[in-house]
Amino acid sequence: MSLMNLFKKRTSAPVARDRLQVLLAYERNSRSQPDLVAVLREEILAVITKHVQVEDDDVSVTMDRGQTVSTLEIDVTIRNPAMAAA
Amino acid sequence: MGKVVVVTSGKGGVGKTTSTAALGAALAQTGKRVVLIDFDVGLRNLDLVLGAERRVVFDLINVTQGVAKLSQALIRDKRVDTLFLLPASQTRDKDALTDEGVESVIASLGDKFDYVLCDSPAGIERGAQLAMRYADEAVIVTNPEVSSVRDSDRIIGLLDSRTLKAERGESMPKHILLTRYDSARAARGEMLSIEDVLEILSTPLLGIIPESEGVLRSSNVGSPVTLNEPTNSAAKAYVDAARRLMGEDVPMVLPVDRRGLFDRLFGRRAA
Repeated sequence: MSLMNLFKKRTSAPVARDRLQVLLAYERNSRSQPDLVAVLREEILAVITKHVQVEDDDVSVTMDRGQTVSTLEIDVTIRNPAMAAA
Repeated sequence: MGKVVVVTSGKGGVGKTTSTAALGAALAQTGKRVVLIDFDVGLRNLDLVLGAERRVVFDLINVTQGVAKLSQALIRDKRVDTLFLLPASQTRDKDALTDEGVESVIASLGDKFDYVLCDSPAGIERGAQLAMRYADEAVIVTNPEVSSVRDSDRIIGLLDSRTLKAERGESMPKHILLTRYDSARAARGEMLSIEDVLEILSTPLLGIIPESEGVLRSSNVGSPVTLNEPTNSAAKAYVDAARRLMGEDVPMVLPVDRRGLFDRLFGRRAA
């Protein structure tokens, strides 16, 4: 700690602001994520099963939220019956 | 069709009812026809803040259930004749308030009034969601304090998802009303500043209401601060906020209470 810090009065408002910014970034994320991802996963699964045979756990949907852009990752595993039989 | 404005906050005790009364009175004083609806079923207080507690005969639930006509339940303010109150029920089960009932009451009031202000209960449950459901605009009452700001953020999320406007894909205009603000403490770094709150909530500001003793004095006597002490700093700030709500471009200044030499020497204010 430098000598200057001893004389600099530490104020509480910046602490409040920083705590809120971190907390709210997390809360906004978790608030919208579970519902949206679950709905997307169900609908994507329904569309795929119309054309291809997939099991419920073959479809994985994840959302990665960033400050400016978010990415939606859809991972579908299609099993090859010929290979599975061999 | 009048404008429906919900006054909400998430957190309790930040000044929703006080602000509804003060903004409503300020709007009505400009000649606009204003009705205030208390949505806090079981814990009504808008009647008390307006000094109309002894005049309540019928309430919002009576009207939605067809027990009373809207005209029978509306209480006209004794000071401003364009200001009306539709009180909440004090005794009944809060589930008695239905979505359809609220929709029809707000629709009929919207035909007769320029402004319908919905005073939301605290929390994010049914009552708070019904109060915001049919709103055209929202005023979010926030104190410069961590728990209030967090709850305001939560309410903003609900306004953008659980209202009729949001469900139709329209955007809900939202405004922050920062209450109990102490500029001296903010300057000393002891209180979140206006900029901090606005940056965190990324929502425009309707007004800054300074912490003022006149607010309690006014609720003590059952009169909105804008009527009871028009020269008070908080009253002036509410009048400015009401003008902004009407779409006027009013510069954002922070009114301060004048203190005389005697007050300053002895640190007390005459009440």
